[in-house]
Amino acid sequence: MIFLFYLLSGVALLSALMVVFSRSPINSVIHLIICFLAIAGHYILLNAQFLAVVHIIVYTGAIMVLFLFVIMLLNLNKENEPHKKLYTKLAAIISGGMLLLVLTGAVKSVALIPFNEKFDSQIGLVGNFGKILFNEFMLPFEASSVLFLSAIIGAMILGKKEKITNNE
Amino acid sequence: MTEGIPLNYFLILSTLMFFIGIYGFLTRRNLITILMSVELILNSVNINFVAFNNYLYPDRLQGHFFTLFIIAVAAAEAAVAIAIIINIYRNFKSINVEDANEMKY
Amino acid sequence: MQDFKFNIYDLSSFTHWVDVSLYSYCTPFWAMMWEMIIIGVAMLLFYAVIGLFLVYAERKVCAFMQNRIGPNRVGPYGFIQTVADLVKLLMKELVIIRKSDKFLFYLAPFIVIIVNFMTMAAIPFAKGIHAIDFNIGVLYIMAISSMGVIGVLIAGWSSNNKFSMIGAMRSGAQIVSYELSVGFSLITMCVLAGSMQLSTIVEGQSECWYIFQGHIPAIIAFVIFLIAGTAETNRGPFDLAEAESELTAGYHTEYSGISFAFFYLAEYINMFIIASIAATVFWGGWMPFHISGLAGFNNIMDFIPPFIWYIGKTFVIIWIMMWFKWTFPRLRIDQLLTLEWKYLLPINLVNIILMALIVLMGWHF
Repeated sequence: MIFLFYLLSGVALLSALMVVFSRSPINSVIHLIICFLAIAGHYILLNAQFLAVVHIIVYTGAIMVLFLFVIMLLNLNKENEPHKKLYTKLAAIISGGMLLLVLTGAVKSVALIPFNEKFDSQIGLVGNFGKILFNEFMLPFEASSVLFLSAIIGAMILGKKEKITNNE
Repeated sequence: MTEGIPLNYFLILSTLMFFIGIYGFLTRRNLITILMSVELILNSVNINFVAFNNYLYPDRLQGHFFTLFIIAVAAAEAAVAIAIIINIYRNFKSINVEDANEMKY
Repeated sequence: MQDFKFNIYDLSSFTHWVDVSLYSYCTPFWAMMWEMIIIGVAMLLFYAVIGLFLVYAERKVCAFMQNRIGPNRVGPYGFIQTVADLVKLLMKELVIIRKSDKFLFYLAPFIVIIVNFMTMAAIPFAKGIHAIDFNIGVLYIMAISSMGVIGVLIAGWSSNNKFSMIGAMRSGAQIVSYELSVGFSLITMCVLAGSMQLSTIVEGQSECWYIFQGHIPAIIAFVIFLIAGTAETNRGPFDLAEAESELTAGYHTEYSGISFAFFYLAEYINMFIIASIAATVFWGGWMPFHISGLAGFNNIMDFIPPFIWYIGKTFVIIWIMMWFKWTFPRLRIDQLLTLEWKYLLPINLVNIILMALIVLMGWHF
């Protein structure tokens, strides 16, 4: 299993790096798709099958297709994105790297947590998931539906072409 | 299936991914790539939630639901952000952050 | 080593025998590897045979619809015509376009093919012939088949051709919208079945198929699934992505030789997958047709092997989809999106509530 973990982590991190460093946005999208598939693999390792499948449906099936679609619509292949100056990059590396250092230090000092004995391999399956979602998490579930409605309406209003008011 | 993998490994993975996302967020100028960096950051947090849930409270599903709602919010956010990006492109003929430097009215 | 008895009605004894003998000969790791290789090769063979046969069947069905004879020169009834076509495609030159994104251009057909394979892994072909039996099989199929559009979009983008681009954009809009209908109609049946595991869904239909058990909402869901499934495969009246009279060939205009053959094959395999999901979820997969109470009739039906049942049902649905294609004229893109968002989706949402009501009140058979 540790081999699978290393493989998936390597793929995820390499493709995440490629997302940030590749010049053309379409390559970024392709690498992001690979990264998301590797993360779905991690979910399966962590015994969350339902989450893995939802992750694939939402991210690779919907969001990434949307991104590809928009990149094609706006014709962004020119790779003429002006790069930021060196000091901006240095500042980004230093600020991000300090956060990385702090977090890694915190993670390293965490006591090793032993494998929990109460482990139940059936818990991440869809039946249990649904039962808990519709009992304990009913309110956030309904709230997220309102969120989606507002997102749909917002996207429609923003994306609609403004009427040209022509003075006849 | 996580026998033999310490929790720290997952935490380090998600920390690295978080860092990569922040670096991309700060250095890129293309709005779509910035949005992708945000998605990377969100996903690194998701891994943390599921890993903590699986190692600390394997008989409960709280972390899974956090992840589920984060995915839902990310979907909504991406849709609205893309609508905004298309609008910016219409007005400025470019989606670089620095070109969108004036208010319309 | 246990004895092995080949039983056409229950192939799980055969697969179990393969499993046990492999594990007795090699270490567990290599046994698993060998199983993967065997399943992969078997899938590949099945894929090629089904693809070749479906191309032939399409041409024959098309010919009969248009009052022609169809291919009849190569082999008896033109049966080897597609093999000849394949040889021709293999010998053809791979055209390299100067200003295309070469890596993505060659990657695109493989994405489509890989997605096809991953979907086929979850389909129950016969009793005991089922590569992976996921707990969330239906969701898995929906998730994986939603990735096929990425290959199409990349193909259209990387060819650097306006026709390809327009075809890919149309295909993207179409597949993203119709995925919803496919998903919702499958969810309707999951409400009736009470499970998302494909083997459980098939076992639940041993008495009566779900399309009869769930009567009205099940039939509505079946019709919606057929329409949306046909749209998802870019076929029939919904072939806007490759509308040959408007866009030459849509997203695969610039492909030639074997990479064109991949796209061509993938279209037919997609149709096969949609048909086999419909056969599994609505018509009982490999389950024979039973009428409760008629023991003699049921025994006769049991006499036909499960694999034949599965293939028969799948091909009936494939024939219906071909019938669609050669009967209806092509839709415009606005009509296509209107059909999905204004008709199919609201009907589907009401249908789920109706099905939930029927299951709760126990009004199903």
